[in-house]
Amino acid sequence: MEDIRYLENKAREIRRTIVEMIYKARSGHIGGSLSSVDILVALYYKVLKINPKNPNWPDRDRFILSKGHSVEGYYAILADLGFIEKKELETYCKFNSRLTGHPTVKLPGVEANTGSLGHGLSIGVGMALAGKMDAKEYKVYVLMGDGEQAEGSIWEAGMSASHYRLDNLVGIIDRNRLQIGGSTESVMSLEDLSDKWKAFGWSVVETDGHNIKELLDVLENIPITPGKPTLIIAHTVKGKGVSFIENKAEWHHRIPTDEEFAKMMEELS
Amino acid sequence: MSQKVLLPSRKVFSDVLFELAKKDKEIIVLTSDSRGSASVENFAKYLPEQFIDVGIAEQNLVSIASGLAGCGKKPFVFSPACFLTTRSIEQIKIDVAYTNRNVKLIGVSGGVSYGPLGSTHHALEDIAFMRAIPNMTVVLPSDTNQVRVLVEKLILYTGPVYVRIGRNPIEEVYSSENIQFEIGKGNILLDGDEVTIIATGEMVKTAYDAGILLRSKGIYARVVDMHTIKPIDEELIIESAKKTKFIVTIEEHNIRGGLGSAVAEVTAQNFPVKMIILGIPDEFSITGSQKEILEYYGLTSENICGAILRELKEG
Ligand SMILES: [Mg+2]
Repeated sequence: MEDIRYLENKAREIRRTIVEMIYKARSGHIGGSLSSVDILVALYYKVLKINPKNPNWPDRDRFILSKGHSVEGYYAILADLGFIEKKELETYCKFNSRLTGHPTVKLPGVEANTGSLGHGLSIGVGMALAGKMDAKEYKVYVLMGDGEQAEGSIWEAGMSASHYRLDNLVGIIDRNRLQIGGSTESVMSLEDLSDKWKAFGWSVVETDGHNIKELLDVLENIPITPGKPTLIIAHTVKGKGVSFIENKAEWHHRIPTDEEFAKMMEELS
Repeated sequence: MSQKVLLPSRKVFSDVLFELAKKDKEIIVLTSDSRGSASVENFAKYLPEQFIDVGIAEQNLVSIASGLAGCGKKPFVFSPACFLTTRSIEQIKIDVAYTNRNVKLIGVSGGVSYGPLGSTHHALEDIAFMRAIPNMTVVLPSDTNQVRVLVEKLILYTGPVYVRIGRNPIEEVYSSENIQFEIGKGNILLDGDEVTIIATGEMVKTAYDAGILLRSKGIYARVVDMHTIKPIDEELIIESAKKTKFIVTIEEHNIRGGLGSAVAEVTAQNFPVKMIILGIPDEFSITGSQKEILEYYGLTSENICGAILRELKEG
């Protein structure tokens, strides 16, 4: 319980950093970053076997941010854990910064250059295959968006992961039900998403993507079914933590005004 | 020349790689249901733990290779050049080149190797696409002897490389004992000071034959095998531009964006000379056998010879 409270506080702190980074840089994707925070915190502070002092440790768990636009929380966490210096966060989206609007492997701790959707899961399949070939214990986690599920390459990856019985691979969908153009179901219906992944041979679990305890209950018990890759549908709220932007598609990548910024920081204090 | 059985490059490429892979478990061969066209059945049969067939899914194919390379594997991706370089071009750009992963992309049956199958199966824009991507090296070996050396060099070279090879058995340009090959360094096959003929891939033999034909008419041409299109051998191009009166390029590729363009980029900025760019015109190619198509578009030694004689007379 102590632990959970610590992680919840950590998530609030990361949310503040996200809002500050976007406000200062006048660039970023606020809605999806806020919806992913609790998933990232559960992974990075509790689940992933990684070493900030040795980011290329061969036995490390791999994390791929396939929804590369939700990058602010990712950077904030990499800095908090010491992969990069906290001071570097100030360069986010500035001229010649390593902290680009979508992550690249130039940054210690980042495993893949993402930003174009639909690539991350396939890269994860490659990393999970390598792990099986080398009889390594590491796992591979890929965080995807729900809008991203319309990319055909996701399903190529999904088909191959179960074919190769990659039970060391975990796909997580940040199911905030919105994408840039509106609700996912109005733009391109995804449901029944769970059935789709089951039909592709994955073990599917649905959780509250803002309940860290619930997330950990799943993430600490991988594989759910030996021999099968795991797909977690994490139900989230886009813009989570800031009441007046929650569930609003227009806050996909809007930049807060001075007044809005002050209100956001107040809500997150 | 002794009567030898001619082999296709893809077969030789695969055989050499197979021998290397037996000793190096990090070498992984990937295909997209193209084990036959890529001649990699040996891997499926005898090295199954180093062989991945993703099915007909070229995007997944390339990204998986990127993930494997990210974990220290040495992936070799085999797929028909037409699909590999267009269906998965974004995966090549981002997951291989931008991420700078050690992935070798082998486009088989390039150019109009799949002649009668039509433009869906022709790869006549692959050089243009691949050479416009940063970090990418682009190589078109000219014969099976060069392929043997190339495969060994590829193992030692870390980084993204696109290799285009053909489908059909090809005549030899080099003898198996005497083969010099270095990525980024063109080879002078014949020397002369009237004209330079620069060719790449399986058109090199045709260019060489044109050079011999010209000699029989008392005209001395320099013939260059430009197997590496990126990084291109700028020094050799500039030296040739200075030495000979004009440059003719010949390639099994659209005349836009391929070898001719790559050479022109160098001459135009360093030592402008007249150039004749021979290749497939900017149209969806006529169909027929590879030989018939090449003849139809004038990609023969006689035609190169004729073009050079005309230019020498008029120029
Ligand atoms: Mg969404």
